[in-house]
Amino acid sequence: MGNNPSIRHTKKGSEELEIGPERIAIFTGHFGSGKTETAINYSIASARAGKKTIIVDLDIVNPYFRSTDKKDVLNNAGIEVISPNFAGTGLDVPSLPARIYSVFQNKEYRVVFDVGGDDIGAVALGSFNPYFKQEDYRMYYVINVHRPLSGNKKDIIEMLRSIENHSRLGVTHLINNSNLSYETTFYDIIKGQPMVEEVSKECNIPIAYISGMPEVIGNLPPDLKAKAFPINIFLHPIWDQ
Amino acid sequence: MAKVLMKGNEAIAEAAIQAGCRYFFGYPITPQNEIPAYMAKMLPKVGGSFIQAESEVSAINMVYGAAGAGGRVMTSSSSPGISLKQEGISYIAGAELPCLIVNIVRGGPGLGGIQPAQSDYFQAVKGGGHGDYRVVVLAPAGIQEMADLVIDAFDIADRYRNPVMIMGDGMLGQMMEPVEFAKKEVTISEKPWATIGNKEGKPRNIINSLFLDTQDMENHVLKLFEKYKEIEKNEVRVECYNCEDAEIIIAAYGTTARIAKNVIQKAGAQGIKVGLIRPITLWPFPTDVFKKWAEADHVKSFLTVEMSMGQMIEDVRLSIKDTKPVHFYGRTGGMVPLPGDLLKEIIKIRGEK
Repeated sequence: MGNNPSIRHTKKGSEELEIGPERIAIFTGHFGSGKTETAINYSIASARAGKKTIIVDLDIVNPYFRSTDKKDVLNNAGIEVISPNFAGTGLDVPSLPARIYSVFQNKEYRVVFDVGGDDIGAVALGSFNPYFKQEDYRMYYVINVHRPLSGNKKDIIEMLRSIENHSRLGVTHLINNSNLSYETTFYDIIKGQPMVEEVSKECNIPIAYISGMPEVIGNLPPDLKAKAFPINIFLHPIWDQ
Repeated sequence: MAKVLMKGNEAIAEAAIQAGCRYFFGYPITPQNEIPAYMAKMLPKVGGSFIQAESEVSAINMVYGAAGAGGRVMTSSSSPGISLKQEGISYIAGAELPCLIVNIVRGGPGLGGIQPAQSDYFQAVKGGGHGDYRVVVLAPAGIQEMADLVIDAFDIADRYRNPVMIMGDGMLGQMMEPVEFAKKEVTISEKPWATIGNKEGKPRNIINSLFLDTQDMENHVLKLFEKYKEIEKNEVRVECYNCEDAEIIIAAYGTTARIAKNVIQKAGAQGIKVGLIRPITLWPFPTDVFKKWAEADHVKSFLTVEMSMGQMIEDVRLSIKDTKPVHFYGRTGGMVPLPGDLLKEIIKIRGEK
């Protein structure tokens, strides 16, 4: 089909996420950068905007804190979840279901790919490469400058390029998701912005979003407000549930 | 240094590097893989050596060798891998060598699963390997504490020439929290006993755990136990929370202590006074602290909460000599106690009195 179903939005405040026009959204990044939380929030925003949405948990690296853990919440929001065959069973076998191929056939759906961390996680994208190439997709690269090995421009770009090589896909947009979990202040988000801007300039990749919890992200200055991506945290440790 | 957001496993690795650890030998196993992955990436950058051994047995014997040569050295694994290392740990304890062993515990027995558990308590504190020996066991309950304890662990290991174990679980290894590394000068004490050759004509050092003469063997073990007595006197660490007017005191460490603290708030809101004794050292066990609170009139009973079928409960009962009832609540096999279920248990215990 290769069409470009643009989602029309009514004017929204910074509390709501303005999702992109792409049919397929791929979330990649250094492990622990916040890919899963951003992917879950993106899916929910997509479903809220009235779009039939599927999230594909493509994480074959990390057995803990994954989007499949929130299957019930996602289903309740009207989102279908496709998980690796043994996700959540305690079996550490990186096997992906054939059903993933269906998302390339049925183009009524918006598809969100939650990819495993680092270049190793991005390998899982490789087998779907010919399908992505025929599609209108965005590949987001999620950056948290407060993570180790993501604290400077060189390290960020090195991992970005390595993920591109392993997935054989190009990153199309950046997300500044700089945070310190529940301790995040507005300052922690803003501190990451100049570095993400430098990466953007050097790689010639635009910044799509600046993400953070709604109460923090609401304070973005006017010139950055349009990029606000409010995040609600879904993956809490058990004592915070 | 500014705060960073880290997984428990990464924080352990970074803390070890900052503590001057330059040798890591290991073999991958979930849920601790971020430790060797981090070490593989970072150790070469600081002049250290990382070797992925062909097995856990091999890795622990590399630790034995590096420790004997005076290196600041560590290994990490998860439950089945730690079982494989036990022979080497016994040798290292017998030969009185300092090292750090990290166990990010998963469900068992056998190959078990990859989800968090605390069912290696017996193995860690009661021996694990063969012979009369002790390993200092530290049990952090958060990422910052994990980092801090790693740095202390190397110093304790050096001070007593004894292996030290950090025992976490899959939850602590995988979860992320902000952590700060206080960049402090690392001073590693002299190791005049290390086997680094006798170039300067000094007498040869020998690292050994073999004593064929029975009297020599007994003397060696007695010497070890003099040392363990010192450790018991000096190194006990424990956190007491809300115990001052508690009618029930929970005993829990690591992840279950985090859950307990949450439940203590919930119980408090219902007018039930619950406290927590959180052993930070599982060996030496904070016996005196348990004894002290067992003597308090307001404390009616204890409740041990573990991700196991009940292992630490034996040390709690021994500490208070069963002068008060000691209840147990646990989940096992990778299951984590839910705050709501634990609260129900507390209400039930209270009703029983």
